[in-house]
Amino acid sequence: MATVELKNLRKTYLTEEIIKGISLSIEEHEFVVFVGPSGCGKSTLLRMIAGLEDITSGDLLIDGQRVNDVEPGKRGLAMVFQSYALYPHMNVYKNMEFGLKLSGMPEAERRAKIENVARTLQLEPYLNHKPGQLSGGQRQRVAIGRAIVRNPKVFLFDEPLSNLDAALRGQMRVELSALHRKLGATTIYVTHDQVEAMTMADKIVVLQKGVVEQIGSPLELYHHPRNLFVARFIGSPPMNFFSAIFQGGDAAGSSVQLRDGSTLYVPVTSPGLLPGTKVTVGIRPEHVELASSGPNSGVVEVIERLGAITLVHVRMPDGEIIVVQTDGAVLTDVNSPISLTLPPRNCHLFAPDGLAFEACHRHPLAA
Amino acid sequence: MQAVLEHSPPAGATARTTKRTGFLLLSPSVLILLVWSIVPLIMTLWYSLQNYNLVDPTLHGFAGIDNYWYLLTDPDFLHALLNTLVLVAGVLVISIGGATLLAVLYDQEFFGRGIARIMVISPFFIMPTVSALLWKNLMLHPIYGVYSAMMRAVGLTPIDWLARFPLMTVMMIVAWEWLPFAVLILLTAVQSLDGEQREAARMDGAGPIARFRYIILPHLGRAISVVVMIETIYLLTIFAEISVTTAGGPGVASTNLAYLIYSRALLQFDVGGASAGGVVAIVIANIVAIFLVRAVARNLEA
Amino acid sequence: MALKAKTSTRIGVTILGWGIALWLFFPIFWMILTSFKSEVQAISTPPKLFFMPTLSSYAEVFERANYWHFALNTVTVSVAATAIAIALAVPAAYSMAFMPSKRTRGTLLWMLSTRMLPPVGVLVPIYILARNTHLLDTCTGLAIVDMLTNLPIIVWMLYTFFREVPAPILEAGRMDGATRWQEMTMVLLPLALPGIASTALLSLILCWNEAFWSLNLTSSHAAPLTAFIASFSSPEGLFFGKLSAASTLAVAPILVFGWISQKQLVRGLTFGAVK
Ligand SMILES: Nc1ncnc2c1ncn2[C@@H]1O[C@H](COP(=O)(O)OP(=O)(O)OP(=O)(O)O)[C@@H](O)[C@H]1O
Ligand SMILES: [Mg+2]
Repeated sequence: MATVELKNLRKTYLTEEIIKGISLSIEEHEFVVFVGPSGCGKSTLLRMIAGLEDITSGDLLIDGQRVNDVEPGKRGLAMVFQSYALYPHMNVYKNMEFGLKLSGMPEAERRAKIENVARTLQLEPYLNHKPGQLSGGQRQRVAIGRAIVRNPKVFLFDEPLSNLDAALRGQMRVELSALHRKLGATTIYVTHDQVEAMTMADKIVVLQKGVVEQIGSPLELYHHPRNLFVARFIGSPPMNFFSAIFQGGDAAGSSVQLRDGSTLYVPVTSPGLLPGTKVTVGIRPEHVELASSGPNSGVVEVIERLGAITLVHVRMPDGEIIVVQTDGAVLTDVNSPISLTLPPRNCHLFAPDGLAFEACHRHPLAA
Repeated sequence: MQAVLEHSPPAGATARTTKRTGFLLLSPSVLILLVWSIVPLIMTLWYSLQNYNLVDPTLHGFAGIDNYWYLLTDPDFLHALLNTLVLVAGVLVISIGGATLLAVLYDQEFFGRGIARIMVISPFFIMPTVSALLWKNLMLHPIYGVYSAMMRAVGLTPIDWLARFPLMTVMMIVAWEWLPFAVLILLTAVQSLDGEQREAARMDGAGPIARFRYIILPHLGRAISVVVMIETIYLLTIFAEISVTTAGGPGVASTNLAYLIYSRALLQFDVGGASAGGVVAIVIANIVAIFLVRAVARNLEA
Repeated sequence: MALKAKTSTRIGVTILGWGIALWLFFPIFWMILTSFKSEVQAISTPPKLFFMPTLSSYAEVFERANYWHFALNTVTVSVAATAIAIALAVPAAYSMAFMPSKRTRGTLLWMLSTRMLPPVGVLVPIYILARNTHLLDTCTGLAIVDMLTNLPIIVWMLYTFFREVPAPILEAGRMDGATRWQEMTMVLLPLALPGIASTALLSLILCWNEAFWSLNLTSSHAAPLTAFIASFSSPEGLFFGKLSAASTLAVAPILVFGWISQKQLVRGLTFGAVK
């Protein structure tokens, strides 16, 4: 098992810089997830680590060795592609055997290894099948199996589950987590999927336009987003934002005035900020509470009932919409007036440059 | 595709090896083609400036542009040039027009379609000398040819096609050879049009003509470009068909540039003049190539 | 009513499809038919469709010329030229398809443009070069020239096939530790085999039928079937039986080969135009 370290990695296509200096260290056994909007450079970064894309500048270290110029096959990595990229002309057994054969492993050893992995992944009945004869989920398993047999130091995954249907995706997610626990291999995993990122990761790296926005554990990103981008990106449905005027702060919190004139005292520090500055307040839908009367009143515009929960979209007097996630059985109707309670301990404040004010108390799960 | 083709490889260490590997793999082909296209060209250029006749060794030395002057002021040259263009354009029009219709026809399900298709593409496998002989003698011979017999059977006087309409007849023979090639490519293209697209057009109430015009034809654009590209390459240099059927005659009525140069070089032993013709042919081919590549290349990529 | 219209359309299509096919194929059919006629039958007017077949024309052709000598030359030249061209084109097409640079497109078009040079334009120098290198009238010389004339088209065809192979499959090979060479031979080639096969088929057909260079660069020793047939053309033009027999002999192998392999050939003749 291995550590991976990225030191100011950059990648330029033509004149366009796609990866703009990314530094990151990944510990042994760690499961790291790259997330970010489409086109932000997740795949490119992963492929640079794999050796499939060239590194324009910066250093890539695996187990402390600089591997910028090492061939992909010699970096001790294995990769699972989004399209699986199985060798169509080889059967499942041969697909898994190919890398072992190239590395010169003796026949008997290869067979033992492949059979062992096939058993773990329940692929035994299909060893003689060609990829074309397998279902999507089975192909996915073969791709994972092909990676596992090589006993790599690091696993790389590029959106491995995105071609599966929802049910299978859920199942494979659990299997992959279990597999990771069992093998304990360092893993880098690219995904679009919030749930995959939150449930599987030890550490999430949020990327945007080739830049790291935040690195942290899933709950750290959830409870303490570093800036507006991360706050908006992590969590579903996304956080609500509205503007407010900063009034002043002390060591225990900062107070802001909302549009309707009410004030909110949020437990975050605001060193050096001038009163009167426009700030942004953010609060997640699951933290807003409904009340029948009180300040912050609006009108229910849309109700989405998902069974276990209900999403209530409330239009505020200033026209902004605030989404509230509440109980599945809540009794409200469209167009009825409603009031919102914003628990200050769950509110986030963002300065005009988008950076979050530091919370006075870290969330216990995100220490 | 455009983007991928045109991004330049970045300049890191592995990129440099990639670039070098790519170059190494490409270079054997590029090198021999470079030699193949440059060396004879330079030699031709050189001869074209010389007085060089194989039967008259007294005539030698630097000729300057005499050979060119002689050639370009020769009325035969203009005639041959025109014939070349007529041949290329005529065969392209016939083979592509015919093949488009045939592709739609042989896309239909009918009894024995497989065998009929094989029959249609068969002429492509026949060597040019054989097809020329076949048409000249067995088909179009004014006395013994099958076509003449057919004309007599319906009370017409047989026509000596190759004497009366030499260029048109050569064109038909060449079109017969190249039509199958166009059918092969266009038929594959028509068949790749997926059923759903056609069904959708039918649901929209499009009749067969509208379907052909708005669904099938646009879909064939790329395939037609390919046919134009490949056929032009061959049509510019038609030789055997002319040599076997009309020997360029009567007069120069069916002489194209290739045949004119050939007759200069090998029949009149005028190496200098033939080389000048060669240079001119190369220049013309390049002009055509530039236009063609411009028009077609966009279609070939992406 | 609708059904009736459909039936009549189908009948029309069948008649048209067969009519055109028979018309286009007729000259070949007639050639084969005539080759089994005696010279008298061959020029009878009106032409005979039914007659007592005879092998006399074939007998005379075999007597006059050593068919096997010509046929062997054609096969040797075609196979050699195709094999060498493919061996050169595979790496070139691989490089263009998977390691594209900004010059790739230009290189490909330049290669194709070399094919547009009229051979007759460079006949004299090639003839002289061949003579000086003692390659005149040798199978080697003709194979080299045929290889060079077909190389650009072969590179193009292979390039279009290779581009259809998904890059991640080759990258998976690289991750598995394959060298460039192993990636090409163990992953790419097996995948592109159908494309390579049809490219080879097309090249064989083009070489088999190539007339200009084979007529001008060979005389006896390396003369292929195109020269064989040319020797029957002028002096014996009116001996239709012999002419047909010789022609049939010259085209039969490639015609049968083409019929057998046409499915395979069609797959490759798309030049990436179908997608
Ligand atoms: N070969 C290339 N040439 C030029 N630009 C490229 C190339 N490959 C990727 N890019 C650009 O790099 C950027 C990042 O691409 P990348 O594939 O890494 O995004 P991504 O985060 O994986 O997106 P997605 O979530 O859609 O997979 C994109 O803007 C893309 O246009
Ligand atoms: Mg991606």
